Parts: sequence; structure tokens; C-alpha cells
Amino acid sequence: MPAETSTRVVQVKVKRYQPDQSAKPFWQEYRVEAEGNDRLLDVLNKIKWEQDGTLTYRRSCAHGVCGSDAMRVNGRNRLACKLLVNDLGARISVEPMLGFPVIRDLVVDMDPFFAKYEKIKPYLINDEPEPRTERQQSPEQRERYDETTKCILCGACTGSCPSVWANAEWVGPASIVNAHRFIFDSRDRGGAERLQILSDRTGVWRCRTIFNCSEACPRGIPVTDAIEEVKRAIMYGTTDIA
Amino acid sequence: MNYHKFDVVIVGAGGAGLMSAMQLAHNSSIAVISKLYPTRSHTGAAQGGVAAALGNQEEDNWKWHMFDTVKGGDYLVDQDAAAILTREAIDAVYELEHWGLPFNRTEDGKIDQRRFGGHSRNFGEGPVRRSCYAADRTGHMILQTMYQQSVKNQVRFFNEYMMLDLLINDGQACGVVALCLRDGSIHTFHAKAIVLATGGYGRAWRITSNALACTGDGMAVAYRRGIPLEDMEMYQFHPTGLYKVGILLSEAARGEGAYLLNSEGERFCVRYAPTMEELAPRDMVSRFIYDEIAAGRGIDGKDYVYLSVAHLGKEKIDAKLPDITDFARNYLGVEPYYEPVPIQPTAHYAMGGIPTDIEGRVVVDEHNTVLPGLYAAGEVACVSVHGANRLGTNSLVDLIVFGRRAGKHIAAKWLPEADFAPLPNAPDAFATEMVESLLARGKNGANGKNSQNGKGTGETQEALRADLRDSMMENVGVVRDEQRLTAQLARVVELKQRWRNLRLMDTSRTFNTELMEVVELGNLIECAEATVAGALARKESRGAHYRTDYPKRDDVNFLKHTLAYRTEHVGEPELRYKPVVITEFEPKERKY
Ligand SMILES: Cc1cc2nc3c(=O)[nH]c(=O)nc-3n(C[C@H](O)[C@H](O)[C@H](O)COP(=O)(O)OP(=O)(O)OC[C@H]3O[C@@H](n4cnc5c(N)ncnc54)[C@H](O)[C@@H]3O)c2cc1C
Ligand code: SF4
Ligand code: FES
Repeated sequence: MPAETSTRVVQVKVKRYQPDQSAKPFWQEYRVEAEGNDRLLDVLNKIKWEQDGTLTYRRSCAHGVCGSDAMRVNGRNRLACKLLVNDLGARISVEPMLGFPVIRDLVVDMDPFFAKYEKIKPYLINDEPEPRTERQQSPEQRERYDETTKCILCGACTGSCPSVWANAEWVGPASIVNAHRFIFDSRDRGGAERLQILSDRTGVWRCRTIFNCSEACPRGIPVTDAIEEVKRAIMYGTTDIA
Repeated sequence: MNYHKFDVVIVGAGGAGLMSAMQLAHNSSIAVISKLYPTRSHTGAAQGGVAAALGNQEEDNWKWHMFDTVKGGDYLVDQDAAAILTREAIDAVYELEHWGLPFNRTEDGKIDQRRFGGHSRNFGEGPVRRSCYAADRTGHMILQTMYQQSVKNQVRFFNEYMMLDLLINDGQACGVVALCLRDGSIHTFHAKAIVLATGGYGRAWRITSNALACTGDGMAVAYRRGIPLEDMEMYQFHPTGLYKVGILLSEAARGEGAYLLNSEGERFCVRYAPTMEELAPRDMVSRFIYDEIAAGRGIDGKDYVYLSVAHLGKEKIDAKLPDITDFARNYLGVEPYYEPVPIQPTAHYAMGGIPTDIEGRVVVDEHNTVLPGLYAAGEVACVSVHGANRLGTNSLVDLIVFGRRAGKHIAAKWLPEADFAPLPNAPDAFATEMVESLLARGKNGANGKNSQNGKGTGETQEALRADLRDSMMENVGVVRDEQRLTAQLARVVELKQRWRNLRLMDTSRTFNTELMEVVELGNLIECAEATVAGALARKESRGAHYRTDYPKRDDVNFLKHTLAYRTEHVGEPELRYKPVVITEFEPKERKY
């Protein structure tokens, strides 16, 4: 049976930034009627559509697959569309992710994030002639990198990482996750190149194994484990040991 | 004026747009404009798979696939296009694999395949394994893979730029005008070729599987510029959306063996479709559900039935259907390992759209006259390979096959001979005026009355949005009739009127998402107009278009495509018709 829902009033405190009006961020509180089964995204939509059209955030799929609406909710990075009012309590605080320049309210600048992603050559590298049909890959080989194929590039991991906050140059967990996705793909030949990139100053060694990233990931990717596997691959010079 | 010049401008960065881009990136100057970051596109939400007769699991043949596509589409499919779709699907899937797409694998290392609704062996004998998949996140993998390839090929993106207008001069498409969300600036893109790949418009209905960004922008922009929309009345309701929320539970569930159950615990599909059972085409299964509910056999007498996967066992559920079972847990608090999941039909897919030929070129009349320089691909387009009802896994194929054809045609045939057509005078006038008047209405109130920062008089967007979506659900849903459609056409007229007087609360130029939403809402209403007018005139039942007052298919009068042209008169598009291309399969009654 679908869980019972009941209507209640929730208090949403939003950290706002309206550059047209003021250079300083400020907190604003909204009170909204919501059902237990409503997503936090539904609540934000209600505020925007019924009370305050200036409230600004990104969203699209509304069910946790597009990666648009990562934000800091009650102190943790989450997707607003994957959180239910039932799980949040009557007082909710919402902020933009840390470690990203803020454009307006909850909208942060994702360009630097994608630029770092591009650095690790996030595409299959293999110059061997293509077979007429598919390249072969066993189910076990496919399983090897399954977890890291799930990434939706939402930035929640990167925005939760103290090493990122301390050093904006660092590639950050999301890039390493996407490097992992190729390094451990039996069809890929670019592993060495990527490991080279990740072994430099701004690479994997800045990871202090704090695990914030793994907790933040809405796709349940064991981000820290993936980073550790990449570290080991660099140390031993092979992906077989990791 | 912000002016940009590229050989090709592609609008939309979902599967169709990126596939086109890939054909052009090497040797022409191209730009991809997208109102979302590419990886946020709705292609990423596709779950079940992509159909191609690889025959990896059992014998298969693209002719069987073609037949299924034609029959599934209730014979409104253009068969020349269906032949291309199903034949080229095979190479297109291999190409995706070569680009790194992580398909699930068979024991011997090939791409794994599974069953899907309406896909059969040997011209309808029984289900066949044809859907190539990556767990239940095939679309995610396709989108990621294509984006990865775009990065590799250094495609130039204009992210979070929203197209507002299409430019046509001297009978040739020559550019688009877009709003840069970040700073509210208007940009004119001058090009020799434009590809529209902006996706569907499911947001016109209350219960939908579609993302908030699926607002029919490409269709509406073209429609306003005099390009007809084809077969818009053919809108698909997917049988299994999560109750009340509409989030999709892929047909892959039924492909893997899930059942549909009514309040009596009966597998009712068996009664309606003895051969294909739960895997009959979507339009039919949605109607079975509708009929069960109408007969009082909805669960607890309500408007939903059950989808049950529990008998598949935890292991199979986790391996094959992890995401969709998570949706049930997350959004309904139901544990699919043990409990059946409440579902109802959800607005899902536009079979209709901007008419194109098999090269992806936009055609503007019943003689298939090409509008030079303009292409469309993906859900925004109507080739027509889906006819009156799309089969599951046939959209992703459509994106990659016709996205690719459009790109290739531009590269090989159009660019070598084409020149830049001059831009019309004041090319951004329409877009600028739209944006300025909306922002001004925010400041001054709807009727020019003063207001302070949005606290003025006049209606804001929410009531309008709700009215559109509720009325479309009520009147243009799984089941339609004269009375409801007539009422809805009047509704559309009213909604258009109200849209013109909407008031914005947000007048900022920095990332104004309210402005974006209001423009989108206007686009949805345009799409609704063409949909309702086409449905009202089509006095028959075919595929997704089911009318209780004309419950039979009528090949004598309606084996033809609708073309709806916008006119000066709100609510009165001009309707024309063009013949269906039939090459080898003569229309027959559909039985499953
Ligand atoms: C939940 C779900 C599951 C599905 N599962 C399957 C499946 O298993 N198999 C299958 O074959 N099909 C499936 N489909 C259908 C299929 O996924 C879609 O039809 C297809 O992905 C559409 O792709 P597209 O490239 O045409 O558009 P989209 O992927 O929707 O992309 C549209 C692009 O256009 C851009 N855009 C839109 N408007 C503008 C504008 N005004 N200005 C600038 N840019 C704009 C967007 O930013 C986006 O990049 C599913 C659909 C849904 C909703
Ligand atoms: S690893 Fe997880 S948290 Fe990080 S970007 Fe990818 S999906 Fe988001
Ligand atoms: S809106 Fe797509 S992940 Fe939340």
C-alpha cells in the first residue's frame, strides 16, 4: 500500500542570493503546506509558483536521474527531487552547494565542474580497428566498472568534499569517478594516460578519504572506494591489482 | 545584438541532437544550443532499452522488427521510414557500443537483449528478445556516451540557452534566436542548417513521465513560423506510471515477466490479448487498464491497478530493474520485493511532431516540399516511424538512426551546395519583444497597473498551468470523444487569452527561471491546440487516439497524416492531410 500522507505546514529556510538587489546572501523563510509524500522539489515549486517567483533553482526530471537539483539540505548535499517531506521534518534548511560560485539562489556555476571532468578524458580511448559487430566483453568485465557508470554528474560529491573547498584546483571526486569508469573498462586503452593525469599535484592524492562524497552520492556510488582503486592502480602501475 | 555564425546550429542536446552533432563535428563549424546542460536532457531518463534485430539471443530479422513497428503504429507508419529505422538500427547500436556504451552482456560477451511490448518473432508469432539494454538505465548510458563523444570531438556547446524563435528568410531557414539564461541576453545564431532536436511535450498533461523541461518548445517555435505539426493527436499514454506521480516504471518490468493485476488479483491482460498478454502495445494495455478501472476493478475502486514484480525474486529485480524498483520505494514507500506497485497510465510520448522526410529534412505540406536548411530529429520530429502508437525501445532507435541521417545529410549533401541565407531584418525582434513584454508585465502588472516587484494584480502562471494540465488529462487522455474535445478546444482558446495577460513575479535578467517557465507554458498551449484540433477532426479510433464515439479504425477516411497549421484565429488551425506511405504491409486489424 502507498504510505499514508497527511498535509502539514513545513518551514523552509532558504539561503538566497539575488545579485540584482544585493551583493550579500541572506536567509529567507517560507511556510508551505505540503504532503508527506511531496518531494522537496515539489515544495520548492510550490513556493516558486504560488508565493515567490524569484526563488531560483535548477530542475528537470524530478526523479533523481538528471542531476540538475543538487543542493545543500539540512547541511548535506542531496537532490531535492529525491527527498520526501516525510524524511525531512517540519523545518528544512536549503542552501546552494559549497565549493561552487553561486549565480543566483540555489543555482551554482557548473562550468568549472565540467571543465575538470573534461580534463580526465572522459571517453573511450581505443584506436584498434572496430569489429563489424560489438566488441566482446564478459559479464564479469562489465561488472568491474558498473558502479561508476551510474554517475549523473550532479556535483553532490564534489560539493561536499573539504579538499575541494580548500583547493579549487583539485579535480574532485566526480572526475575521478568518471576516470574510474574508463580505467576499469576492458575495452579502453587510455588508462595509463588518465592515471598520469590523476597522479599529479591536482590529482587523486589530495583525497583525504573523508567519505563525504560517498555519503552524498544520490546514485549510491561508493565514490571513496572508486578513488582508492584509482590510487592503487597508480601505485602498482596496473589495474589488475586494484 | 549578440551575433554568432556557424555552419550548423543544433538545438537540443539529447540523444537526437548529439547524434547529429557527431556526424558534423569533424569538418564543419557547429554549435549545440541547449536550455539544459546536455547530460540533464530527458534522454537520460529512458530506461528499458533500444531495439535492434541483432539476434544475439535468438533468431531475429529487421523485417520482423519493421512489421512490428508498422503494426504497432496501427498502420499510420510510413513504411519506407520504418524500413530504414529497423535496418539501420543494427549498425547504429554497434556504433554506440564502439563508442563505449556499457550494454549488459550475454555469457559469450555480446550485447544482451530482452523482450519488450509489441516486439515479435516471425510477424507476430510470439515475443522476441530485441531490446538491447544497460540495466534499466539505457537512456542514461546513451546520453552519457554521446556526451563523452562530444567532449572528445570538442563540440561547442551553448548551455542554458533557450531557443525562442526560428528564422526563415526567402524560403530558407537561416538561424535561431535564443535567450541566455545566465544574464538574460538575446542571441542570434546565423547558420546554413538548423537541426531541431528539442524533444517532447508531456508536460501538457497532469500525470506524465516527462521531465519539467519537456515543453514542446521546438514544435511551438516551428508552428508559430508557419510550419505544420503532423499527427499531434497521436499522443501515447504509457500504461505503467507510478500512481499519482506519473514517474515511469519501464515496460522492461513486464519484459522481464512482471504482471498487471486488478482488484480481484486477476492478470486481466491475458483476457484482452491472449498471445502477447502484458506485452501487447502500450495504447492497448493503457486501455485495458482504463476499462478495468471503469468496470470497478481498480484497486479499492480507485483509479489505479497493480504492477507486480515480487515473483521475479530479489536477485533478478536487483540485476535487471534496480532503478525502477527504487522509484517505487522512494516515492510511494512500496517495497516491490514483496508488495505490488500501484500504477496508472501516464502521458509519455509524442508520436507526432514536425514533419520530416527520411533524411531528417523538414517538409511543410502534403507534397512533402522541403524547407531548405531546416532539419528535425528525435521526439520533436515526425518521420513517421511511430504512426499512431510507438513501440517501446523504438524511440531511442529513432534518435540514433534519424539523428545520424540528419547530420550525415547536412554534411554530405547540404553544406557543399548551401550558402548562408541573409538574416531577415531585425532578426531578434520577435524574441526580444516577447521577453521585454513579459518582464514589463511583471513590473507594471498585467493590465499596465503599477505593481511593486511582482506584488501587483493579474494572474501568475500557476493557475494557468494547472488548468492546462488538468483539462488535457480529462479531455485528451487515454479515451476521447466529441464533447470532451470540443470543450478542450474552447479551453485552449481561453488559456491562450489568459497567457497573454500573465504576470511575472520575477523581473530580473539573471537566471530568470520564471520567465523560462512562462515561455514554456505558452509553448505547451500551442502544442495543445494542434493536438486537440487534430483529435477532434479524426473521427475514428487508431492507436493512441481512441474515441468512444468512433470506436473503430476507419481506413477509408483516415488512413492519412494530419497536418495542422497555425492561423490567425486562435483555436482554429488549418488542417490538411497527406497520404501514408505503404510499401509492403497492407493494413490489417491489430490482434495480439
Ligand atoms: C521515463 C522515460 C523512459 C523512456 N524509456 C525509453 C526506452 O526505454 N526506450 C526508448 O526507446 N524510449 C524511451 N523513452 C522515450 C525517449 O527517451 C525519448 O523520446 C527521447 O529520449 C527523446 O530524445 P530527444 O533527443 O528527442 O529529446 P530530449 O532528450 O528530451 O532532449 C531535448 C533537448 O532539447 C533541449 N531543448 C528543449 N527545448 C529547448 C529550447 N527551447 N532551447 C534550447 N534547447 C532546448 C533540452 O535541453 C534537451 O537537451 C522514455 C521516455 C521517458 C520519459
Ligand atoms: S559520483 Fe555521485 S555525487 Fe558525484 S557527480 Fe556522480 S552521481 Fe553526483
Ligand atoms: S530534477 Fe533531475 S535529478 Fe532532480
